[in-house]
Amino acid sequence: MTAMESASFLPPELIRIAVTSLIVIGFVFFNSILLGYLERKLAGWFQRRPGPMEVGPQGILQLIVDGVKLVGKQIIIPKEASTPLFLLAPLLAFMPVGIAFIVVPFSARLQVRDLDVGLIFIIAIMSFNVMAILIAGWGSNNKYSLFGAIRAVAQNIAYEIPMLLSLLAVVLMANTLSMRGLVLAQGHLWNMIVQPVAFLIYFIAGMAETHRAPFDLPEAESELTAGFHTEFSGMAFSFFYLAEYTHMFFVASIAVVLFLGGWSGPPLPWIDYSGIVWFMLKVYALLFIMIWIRWTFPRVRFDQLLNFCWQYLIPFALVTLLITAVVVKL
Amino acid sequence: MKEYFSLLFIGAKSLLVGLGVTFRALFQPVVTVQYPRERIDITPNFRGHTELVRDPETGSHRCIVCMMCDRDCPSNCITVVGESREGVKGKVLTAYHLDFTKCSLCGACVEVCPTIALCYSHEYALAGFSPEEFRYDLLTRLEEKG
Repeated sequence: MTAMESASFLPPELIRIAVTSLIVIGFVFFNSILLGYLERKLAGWFQRRPGPMEVGPQGILQLIVDGVKLVGKQIIIPKEASTPLFLLAPLLAFMPVGIAFIVVPFSARLQVRDLDVGLIFIIAIMSFNVMAILIAGWGSNNKYSLFGAIRAVAQNIAYEIPMLLSLLAVVLMANTLSMRGLVLAQGHLWNMIVQPVAFLIYFIAGMAETHRAPFDLPEAESELTAGFHTEFSGMAFSFFYLAEYTHMFFVASIAVVLFLGGWSGPPLPWIDYSGIVWFMLKVYALLFIMIWIRWTFPRVRFDQLLNFCWQYLIPFALVTLLITAVVVKL
Repeated sequence: MKEYFSLLFIGAKSLLVGLGVTFRALFQPVVTVQYPRERIDITPNFRGHTELVRDPETGSHRCIVCMMCDRDCPSNCITVVGESREGVKGKVLTAYHLDFTKCSLCGACVEVCPTIALCYSHEYALAGFSPEEFRYDLLTRLEEKG
């Protein structure tokens, strides 16, 4: 209690902000390390290799060592690059990911703030990433980076439409935009069963939004070296990396909140906060599927990417939305 | 319109088949070898650099210093040195220099040898800091091994 008493002159709201931001930043790093390790380990197993094995048992400390290496590396700014834009881009990629955690409902009682427009908020914050990629590609003054950025922008603009349309179908049913409200509106019948098409469209579009394979055209190694982050090294590179893995987490958590019943699940007897266990299990199950898909399918061509979006995802999302609207109105 | 939907279903099916293939691979045993810690047996047909054969009867090499390998070598990397000794018929091998930096592993020396005194070694972990490390004297190698 002494710590609490000594801190009592601080407004409780300030303590709350400080504690949550610490947890959020800690979680961003933890999630990226975990996902990076899982990605490499699963990539190995899918290809019948052992994956990282050298650092720690089963290579479990590999990502921590990589992180230390990246922190120690110099950020090389190319001579012809636009220095302010070049330095702004990784920050712009990394900065919003912490903000978006505000509305993620980890459990019935574990959420920083339940905004009325939570869903719009998280999607708006996530789309900052395109801006960061565009600035990174433009600021690098490198043709590979610029091509990567152009592709990223075209891809994100195309895939945001089916993503939002499929989410809108769920929003029409729940009649709310608050993340908490969306979970509570589902009850026992998850939206994945009620709206399977919307779920599929959202998941595919979400993978394209995070530039994951098979939609990883902005960083297609074989054509564009590393795409928009070709020129970045050290922490500037790792900010993009952290942002990408945190975006994967957001895409999965939006899917869990809207389609998989959020934190709901049979209560676990030994944990008070059993909601968070269910939420995390569902999120990481979806992330496993994303990794699984990445290591199964080859990269699509750019015309295939856009054709798939405009010919299949958007019409199907529109039809789903129309049917949902009619059913809700009836 | 029919094509539109058939493409969708055929595509979706093939994607699911692909996912099945990788999912099965996830539970199959690892096939790669963790090299420095694990080594696999190499095939007996492996052709490394040449080595003098140890004759099980005499416990020594079978070289008669006929110089056939020396002459036959297309890369000129073999130098056979022998001397005449009293009481011994023919010549006695004193040194068998193999310059492995020039050797093309063609195997002509092994084929031409009339006494089958040469064989291929199974050594593949070959790395060194100077060319000198690859100028072998096969006679001393044989003696060191024995």
